[in-house]
Amino acid sequence: MEELFQTARDIHGLYPHVHIWGWPIATYLFLGGLAAGILLFATLYYLKGKENDMPFTVKIAPIFTFIIIVIGLLLLVYDLHHKLYVWQLFTTFRIESPMSWGAWTLVAVSILSLLWPLSYVDDIEKYLYERGWKKLDFITKFIRNLEHNWLIPRFIILTFRKYRTFFAWILLFLSIILGIYTGILLSAFNAHPLWNNPILGPLFLTSGVSTGSAFVMWLSNNKKERKLMSTIDMALIAMELFFIIHMIMGMQAGPEAFKQAAHLFLGGEFTVIFWVIFVGFGLVLPFILEAFELKGFHVPPALPALLVLIGGFIFRVIMVYAGQMSEYPF
Amino acid sequence: MAIEVNKCVGCGDCVVACQTENNVPMGYSRDWIIELARGEYPNLFMHFESRRCNHCEDTPCVRTCPTGASHVIEGGIVKVTHDECIGCGACIEACPYEARYFHPDGYVDKCTFCDHRVADGLDPACVSVCPTTCMHFGDLDDPDSEISQLIKSRENYTLIPEAGTAPQIYYLK
Repeated sequence: MEELFQTARDIHGLYPHVHIWGWPIATYLFLGGLAAGILLFATLYYLKGKENDMPFTVKIAPIFTFIIIVIGLLLLVYDLHHKLYVWQLFTTFRIESPMSWGAWTLVAVSILSLLWPLSYVDDIEKYLYERGWKKLDFITKFIRNLEHNWLIPRFIILTFRKYRTFFAWILLFLSIILGIYTGILLSAFNAHPLWNNPILGPLFLTSGVSTGSAFVMWLSNNKKERKLMSTIDMALIAMELFFIIHMIMGMQAGPEAFKQAAHLFLGGEFTVIFWVIFVGFGLVLPFILEAFELKGFHVPPALPALLVLIGGFIFRVIMVYAGQMSEYPF
Repeated sequence: MAIEVNKCVGCGDCVVACQTENNVPMGYSRDWIIELARGEYPNLFMHFESRRCNHCEDTPCVRTCPTGASHVIEGGIVKVTHDECIGCGACIEACPYEARYFHPDGYVDKCTFCDHRVADGLDPACVSVCPTTCMHFGDLDDPDSEISQLIKSRENYTLIPEAGTAPQIYYLK
């Protein structure tokens, strides 16, 4: 029998295990992945010349990314304990620290993701009118107002429009970095065996891109677009399942601390929420629904999409909370 | 730093000395004691360890810090520059020893090995008050220093060496 007592110290958030990151970080990781996914599809299909075949993916969905990223950034700043010093992030660039290059990436992505829809303002207006969404034209009116009042100089938008292919390549690259960074951020912490595995980067990227495709599937009313996203999402879900099995097998084959980390999902506290809620309702069920839809059965497209989105969010919550519980015994 | 665990009685003087010396706010501490009870009655065994930042050679906290507020000063002491710290918590998550905490003012605080005292040629406060003189402080880079000799001559262990941090506090058996 062995029993450990800690005396002369009782600091909130450190015992019985580190717990300093909560829902704001989990939500941010989800939003970052979602924004990365939406932008990845937008730039990819723009570069493939599908601009007019897939108007929602390329032109409309990126309107949301700027808003999503700003909410994510606000959550990040809210979670800081020394908020007034946040500018210190942008006085250095430290390649060793994922949080440092991630912060720089986030700023670059947010600027480009604002310019992207701004450069499409005419197309967006046309899209809204064609679908009779006249109530939404305050968005385009607002943008035109900004331009008119020179808050966003016209030449920036014109330059962006002129070199859109160039910026699309940059944004495509940055969106992959953003998606993978949300995973690498956690895997950089070797104090927490659950996080400290190299598969987390690809897993978070895949999950983020999957939520991105679900977002398009949910809000697009173009049948072709929805069908394509549904097919892509099925492939992504299959990849995610493969990565998850890979991750758990890797931990099971590792030293004691890694086996204990895997145990959190194999009989431990997070077993039910991980396998039933996330894997069951967030991956397998939407996969089956999407398969039925492709076979011609009528499935409301919002259903698998929302399941994937909620599943993606729950996955981040599980990883943030379970990761902090996974520690080296000492 | 080297700590003789068989001499330690778990009195907590090191904790109080540190709080006083470094003006640590109420309810917080940079060092602490663990009591480990092992075995079955009547063959019980008890063991104390005074713990703090291990001032690792391979520092995950410095590596993950996004602003460079966490840094290593000459001589190997790991410190935090308060005005550069944004309070993101990355270093707290990175430390396998739970040696760092959020100061109520927002920045991250931790043991400094009393570098202001060390600069004057004194021992850290915790070492200098220890009533059983179980703690020893010195230069590990100098193979002839008292502490290097002590570690060489006595059986010892470090905490969580498997985390790959190369901790610089040696517990002498």
